[in-house]
Amino acid sequence: MRVGKSTFLHLCLAFSLSLILILILLTLVSAQEVDSLRSSTDSAYTIPDSGLVLVAPVTSLIAEDYKYDDGEQLKLSWVPSIDDQLVDSKVLGYRLFRSIDGGTPEILAKLPPGTNSFLDRTVQRERKYQYYLETFSENFVVQSIVTAAISPEREWLNLDRGWLFIIALFISIAIIFFVEKAKRGHKLYVRKIAGLEAIDEAVGRATEMGRPVLFIPGINDMDDVQTLAALTILGRVSRTIADYDSQIFMPVSRSLVMTAARETIKTSYMAAGRPDAYSDDMVNYVTDEQFGYVAAVDGLMVRERPATVFLLGAFFAESLILAETGNSVGAIQIAGTARPAQLPFFIAACDFTLIGEELFAASAYLSGEPRQLGSLKGQDVGKGLAMSVIILGVLAVTIATAWDVEIMHNVHNWLLGVFSSN
Amino acid sequence: MRREVPLLITGIVGVVFVLQYFIPHWPFSQVNTWFSDWFSIVGAFAIWLGALNLLKISALKVIGKKSDWGYAIVIIISFIIMVAIGFAEGKEFREQGTMFSWLYEYVYSPLSATMFALLAFFVASASYRAFRARNLDATLLLMAGFLIMLGRVPVGDSISFFLPENYQFSQVASWIMTWPQTAGQRAIMIGIALGLVSTSLRIILGIERAHLGGGD
Repeated sequence: MRVGKSTFLHLCLAFSLSLILILILLTLVSAQEVDSLRSSTDSAYTIPDSGLVLVAPVTSLIAEDYKYDDGEQLKLSWVPSIDDQLVDSKVLGYRLFRSIDGGTPEILAKLPPGTNSFLDRTVQRERKYQYYLETFSENFVVQSIVTAAISPEREWLNLDRGWLFIIALFISIAIIFFVEKAKRGHKLYVRKIAGLEAIDEAVGRATEMGRPVLFIPGINDMDDVQTLAALTILGRVSRTIADYDSQIFMPVSRSLVMTAARETIKTSYMAAGRPDAYSDDMVNYVTDEQFGYVAAVDGLMVRERPATVFLLGAFFAESLILAETGNSVGAIQIAGTARPAQLPFFIAACDFTLIGEELFAASAYLSGEPRQLGSLKGQDVGKGLAMSVIILGVLAVTIATAWDVEIMHNVHNWLLGVFSSN
Repeated sequence: MRREVPLLITGIVGVVFVLQYFIPHWPFSQVNTWFSDWFSIVGAFAIWLGALNLLKISALKVIGKKSDWGYAIVIIISFIIMVAIGFAEGKEFREQGTMFSWLYEYVYSPLSATMFALLAFFVASASYRAFRARNLDATLLLMAGFLIMLGRVPVGDSISFFLPENYQFSQVASWIMTWPQTAGQRAIMIGIALGLVSTSLRIILGIERAHLGGGD
């Protein structure tokens, strides 16, 4: 059979057209498959018919006991929904449900998008708790797995504070060691503190001028160790005042400080053999209000013009107002505080300033008692430890950064771990 | 006994407070709350001691017509007005719109702000004395203070525009505050922390007794 040339051409054309058609069909099908695949990987998609904005649930939800507490807390952590991690997130938030002893789950908290942990502080040790999370979009909710039942547990020791305990123990042992050493008659050198050396001179000046001594123990209550330190110094100062037969005024801003200060001065006067010279009016309460107190003390300074002013304890914004007023009436001023922000004001306005630790050392220094001086020596061991750690830390960071030495990185991280613990 | 009992109480309470920081278990977990409550109760009763003392001293001043007794009258009248209004308005005396809050807001607060405002003048006078370049230390203080103040205002960078960016006044001020200032402050803080430990131990162990009137 002979096939004509035109028939052959037609067959070729038909074949080519079929081939093109098949290729087009294949392309369309594969494009649809790609679209379908893409849709299946993007979970936050909208189903055209239903209009639902689907979102994925959270994963890896874990409920565990919160470490180092009195069995009062459970810690929950999870990986947020994959849709919550997209830039254009459709997740509106999470609802945390809790079931107690297998009972009906109840909503515990509504959490914003991006949350990945929660601390349940409303638990009891004798109960068992289960949790799950609902992730929700504007019209869709999906639930996570339910955690295993768990109860909070009590711990006896807070191991997070282990290093702090060891350091505190080390310093305390050092202090007690030097106290015992001093008790056995070992002589200890303590550097001179100008502000404390000047106390006798300052009280003597007041006596000579026939003017009173003003003692201000800060504006905090007896629960502040600075106030306690101020009262220990008051014990020594009032003894000197009683010996010199001078006069003391002490306006206070806390009632408890008033009663404690009266007791301190009274005992000092009795120890000096002059109980008759003591009067309760030496210490008087003014007000708890900060600037009301300042106004009263400033007025007292201007009217009575004390020869000597002691500003010892916890001070805040009133420090400079008091110190400058004292300066303006020509008083010799001895100040001391453990609040670093107020120290520059005292240094600028007062004749002598006890800086931080000197305030706490004052009583021991003034007593001259070996046991007390021994405790100051023990502090030096703590300072030595602090200096060693600082030098080690600086070296570790420098060497680790400059030469990338792994052991120094480890030392740096270890130091961070030790001194960052709460 | 008058000395031993307070020393014993101080020692026991001190040890318990140290322990409660490291032991989360009951009863140590509650110690802080209990002592806080007790302290508040004692403080609340003690306020009457303070208030009565204030009234007594002011009244004696007025009766004896001592110097400046006029101020004592102001104290007594103010005290009586505030207490009377506070009691008359009951539990809600601090709420907005009460007479007590009106007096606090429009009488006490402006007076308090006036006292606080004095600080501006005192800072100026104290700075003048502190910054006088009498010796090397004071000169260094003056220079540091000058650079910090210039670096904290826009004009600082304007007048140092010709310097490289890292040497302009705002950067120099930040450097001083971040490094030398922080280093100095931390040294003081370490000293304070050690002083606290030492003082606390002396009080807990009964070595320090001056706050009880001194002596042995």
